[in-house]
Amino acid sequence: MKDTGPETGPEAAPDTAFVNIPRAHDSAALHVTGRAEYTDDIPEPAGTLHACLGLAERAHARIASLDLGAVRAAPGVVAVLTAEDVPGENDVSPTGRNDEPVFADGLVQFHGQPVFAVVAETRDAARRAATLAEIAYDDLAPLLDVAAARAAGSAYVTPPLTLRRGAPEAAMARAPRRIAGRIRIGGQDHMYLEGHVALATPGEDGAMHVHSSTQHPSEAQHMVGRVLGLPSAMVTVEVRRMGGGFGGKETQMNLFCAVSALAAARLGRPVKIRPDRDQDMIATGKRHDFDVCYEVGFDDEGRILAVSGDLAARCGWSSDLSGPVTDRALFHADNAYFYPDVELRSHPLKTNTVSNTAFRGFGGPQGVLAAERMIEEIAYALGRDTLEIRRLNFYGGEGRDLTPYHQRVEDNIAPRIVSELEASADYAVRRRAVLDWNAGGGVTGGRVIRKGISLTPVKFGISFTATHFNQAGALVHVYADGSIQLNHGGTEMGQGLHVKVIQVVADAFAVDPDHVRITRTSTGKVPNTSATAASSGSDLNGMAALDACRQIRDRLTAFAARHWSVAEETVAFTPAGVAVGARTVPFPDLVRAAYMERVHLSAAGFYRTPDIHWDREAGKGRPFYYYAYGAACSEVSVDTLTGEYRVERTDILHDAGRSLNPAIDLGQVEGAFVQGMGWLTTEELWWDGDGRLKTHAPSTYKIPLASDRPRVMNVALADWAENPEPTIRRSKAVGEPPFMLAVSVFEALSMAVASVAGYRECPRLDAPATPERVLAAIDRLSGAA
Amino acid sequence: MPDRTEIRFLLNDTEVRLADVAPGDTLLDHLRLARRLTGTKEGCAEGDCGACTVLVGRLREGRLAYEPVNACIRFLASVDLAHVVTVEHLSRPGGALHPVQAAMVANHGSQCGFCTPGIVMALYALWMRHPRPTKAQVETALQGNLCRCTGYGPILAAGMTVSDHGDAAADPLATEREAVAARLAAMDDGAAVSLGAEGHAVLPRDTADLARRYAARPEATLVAGATDVGLWVTKGLRSISPAIFTAHLDDLRAIRRDGDTLRIGANASYADAARPILADYPHLTEYWDRFAGWQVRSMGTLGGNIANGSPIGDMPPVLIALGARLVLRRGDERRTLPLEDFFLDYGRQDRRPGEFVEEIRLPRPNPAHRHGAWKVSKRREEDISAVAAGFRVALDGDRIAEARIAFGGMAATPKRAAAAEAALAGQPFAASSFAAAAARLPDDFAPIDDMRASGGYRMRVAQNLFRRFWLSQAEAAPERA
Repeated sequence: MKDTGPETGPEAAPDTAFVNIPRAHDSAALHVTGRAEYTDDIPEPAGTLHACLGLAERAHARIASLDLGAVRAAPGVVAVLTAEDVPGENDVSPTGRNDEPVFADGLVQFHGQPVFAVVAETRDAARRAATLAEIAYDDLAPLLDVAAARAAGSAYVTPPLTLRRGAPEAAMARAPRRIAGRIRIGGQDHMYLEGHVALATPGEDGAMHVHSSTQHPSEAQHMVGRVLGLPSAMVTVEVRRMGGGFGGKETQMNLFCAVSALAAARLGRPVKIRPDRDQDMIATGKRHDFDVCYEVGFDDEGRILAVSGDLAARCGWSSDLSGPVTDRALFHADNAYFYPDVELRSHPLKTNTVSNTAFRGFGGPQGVLAAERMIEEIAYALGRDTLEIRRLNFYGGEGRDLTPYHQRVEDNIAPRIVSELEASADYAVRRRAVLDWNAGGGVTGGRVIRKGISLTPVKFGISFTATHFNQAGALVHVYADGSIQLNHGGTEMGQGLHVKVIQVVADAFAVDPDHVRITRTSTGKVPNTSATAASSGSDLNGMAALDACRQIRDRLTAFAARHWSVAEETVAFTPAGVAVGARTVPFPDLVRAAYMERVHLSAAGFYRTPDIHWDREAGKGRPFYYYAYGAACSEVSVDTLTGEYRVERTDILHDAGRSLNPAIDLGQVEGAFVQGMGWLTTEELWWDGDGRLKTHAPSTYKIPLASDRPRVMNVALADWAENPEPTIRRSKAVGEPPFMLAVSVFEALSMAVASVAGYRECPRLDAPATPERVLAAIDRLSGAA
Repeated sequence: MPDRTEIRFLLNDTEVRLADVAPGDTLLDHLRLARRLTGTKEGCAEGDCGACTVLVGRLREGRLAYEPVNACIRFLASVDLAHVVTVEHLSRPGGALHPVQAAMVANHGSQCGFCTPGIVMALYALWMRHPRPTKAQVETALQGNLCRCTGYGPILAAGMTVSDHGDAAADPLATEREAVAARLAAMDDGAAVSLGAEGHAVLPRDTADLARRYAARPEATLVAGATDVGLWVTKGLRSISPAIFTAHLDDLRAIRRDGDTLRIGANASYADAARPILADYPHLTEYWDRFAGWQVRSMGTLGGNIANGSPIGDMPPVLIALGARLVLRRGDERRTLPLEDFFLDYGRQDRRPGEFVEEIRLPRPNPAHRHGAWKVSKRREEDISAVAAGFRVALDGDRIAEARIAFGGMAATPKRAAAAEAALAGQPFAASSFAAAAARLPDDFAPIDDMRASGGYRMRVAQNLFRRFWLSQAEAAPERA
């Protein structure tokens, strides 16, 4: 690998026409014409069979008997698989904790756990047969939520984390004011429009090939190898694109890859599995719901002196990624604020519910929401504007730059972003208008429609907190005709990763991006990749691709200098062609000449993020390479008779560094905001008393519609922003950070609620703020209930 | 005339004839599996996400009109004699993008791309009706399409600017409409359709034919818009065989005025019924735009919405409040009953074997009546109500002569609030009367908790809607915020 040289900095690389500019998604024309191929669209090989899962109908039970006779006898059925039919390990735990069987082996741990799979000639036949199982259960007591799990002293699915700095107990005791409270934060279903799907085809000599809509082909490869008892070299996993991922296809696809591969290996025929939407939502994990208890000590001005927090998460039946998710919640429970003395504790609780998993923000949003709740508590207690309290507590100034995990905040641009947004959104004037509106009203006292406005910041740490994941590979081929094929370890789920890396490669050779062809992500081309997750896709893979390009470019440069007898320094790749001394050689001509002289025109690139380290035992280190920042200001109106509301206006200023592609990044910012708004408003997961998820399709689980978008929305990237670290073209990661901009909506709703009691009381809204929760808060504060 | 034993339809440019069609076969599976037209996606298989949106054009009274529908819950048999247009049909010679597609690309309207073909089709349908739609029109057109990536801004921008990329009047579906209509007309031999040896899928040609066939096979499933029955199949894996489809019953779609009565054929879709009903009862306008998406409003019928007896129902509560009556028919026998009497208990309606809903009758508005209709749901649009309410208050001077107030979501059936109504009768038309009536609501209802709302919230909101009704009246002006 190459170290990040000065060439990656903006000072050494002049802008070409290809990077740091808006450019359409590389698949845009394919998307709109319906020609973009998703896994379910791939022509099925002759003889393809279809699998369907049979799910447990208890939250916690021992399987007393399992009678699959009727399933086997159903029309079209070819085979039925259970735990006994797994030749390798019956486990797809991504962190090696061996706590996630593919098929329940005697013990059912959540309502919806896979017990068996049926394989049939058609998907319809498999679905029908799967309903015919006769399973008898010996019921065990289930623990369904955080409160029950804590009360019962349920186990942790993974070791908890404590972050501590200073002497929080003493500082809390000394604080002139203290408030303790609690916030319950709901989970979220990913509701990617394309559900889970995998198509496994057996190859010669026991090899297995899997097409799957996964964010993590390498892990799927390892899992298929593990369940089949095969080395990784015998398994290939590929993905061209996903119809949305958002974290939901990081580990959760392992199950479907494993089942299709198990069936394909057993039957010697291709097997596809595509669960219907209901099974997809019932059987796969979601964003963790949290129950946070906090205590904050502060002075009469509103300056935070001490913070103590317990962040308990419903992890579900297995560990999955709950360790790093709950860790990241702690890492973000400061958001943009300095806590002089602090202790934060995670509680990753085991419950008899689906195993919660990665979802955009990865625990960060829950931490940020808890931080912003504490700001609200202080502001309402002191009768101040929440923005004043925020500003008072920003990182910065003498001795105020250390996070609870002992990383120094050295790149803090939150104050500037907030100030610029405050001005552009006209916050002060509009806040006054909101207060005036709420103070008005008819003779019966008070308005039926109340308004609220809030401006909230985001600071989000970039890097996988498991340091070893911060590596990436790429493979670049230049063909003898001058065309370029690009492959890297990242996966495309709509976020525009591929077009960004294409731009990087085009820029490296100064050729038009249309000459760069990107191919499906394949474990056969780039090995040992990390998940496309943690917003890291373009940071890691862009740099790896650049490394590959540089190797080829260096060879071409040396060749050109030799061939035309000029100094290497006179060779330059420009949009007009390759300058070689005084002459300009078209790129394809140079490549052709190099090929004839037997120059190697292919290279594997590699990148590892420098300067990061993390000691989890000590709770100290520099887990993040840098931070991304942003702020949003939202205004809402709330109907105090029904609790229904509308977001009237949202203004956003977000930091994407020197954006590789501002069009793509604006799309990420706006899309993340709306998705975050859904999480905090209408997206409610609801289980019945038996642990059965009742919101398992879009008919019952309500993500935002076009008409839910703020009536007025102004979104901008901070055009002055630049990553102080030498990232790819000084850009910043953008996938997750803007998700938390939606906290502004939640706090604006809170302010509208607070107005019914003269803003004297913090409404303590829980999330999601459904109309029902909003009305309940209004009734509680106004003493009507 | 003997029954035809195959269905015929135009799929993009191609005429398709199929005899081997099961009643539960969906259009989406046919497109994706049999035809390999994979541009149309399955996102939910319940008509809620719109990824499977296609256009279905049908000749009605000699005119060919296209509507967006959800192919996932559209039964294949029901597209007999229709023109089915999928995203593949938009492709231009030489690979140029269609104006809708070009607008989407220009505005960065796709990210993952999975919802995109469905959104393109919905925007296409809108553009043909409104070449320069407002933002509100685009939002309404997209109520049945979910996108999880973009936050919708670029899609709204695309929808408003399609005409910058081409002329709707020059679009093939406009210029070739006569020719397509002629092809559809040529396929139509005027016969009813009966598929399979046992006639497991039947499409009668008029209401009398339906009445005869249904009376003879009362075990058959009647399928109109399939926005509910579709889910019995795709989600419940139920058999609907034998099924009788109402697709060709234009006479059962008719809406006409008859003296003081608006007579709405049970087969009229929400889209068909909107104009005449809203002309009489403009207070329903906002309500109308809040339920379902465009696809479902195009497919779903008023008669189906009533006949299936949902405890919530979008239309029954407001229709009950308006004093709607229902005409039921079996063979040539008809009976009429107040709509509220049709709903007996959860999942049980006063419909005898072989009997079907033929008509909904609405009285003309009375100037002495005051109206209100509200739907309260977790998400504002395209969500099943937590509470739906219809109010009709008849005034006699400054007193309330009679109140008809019906709720959905409060009981096992759509139901009138008898105690609250009684509390209003004879009282002054004043805030205090509505507050007193609201206080009686627990005598009428004991709503349940479920994933949409708790019983407590339902009761609280239903009571608050009495105040909302009062505040919506001119007399309450001084109290209004």
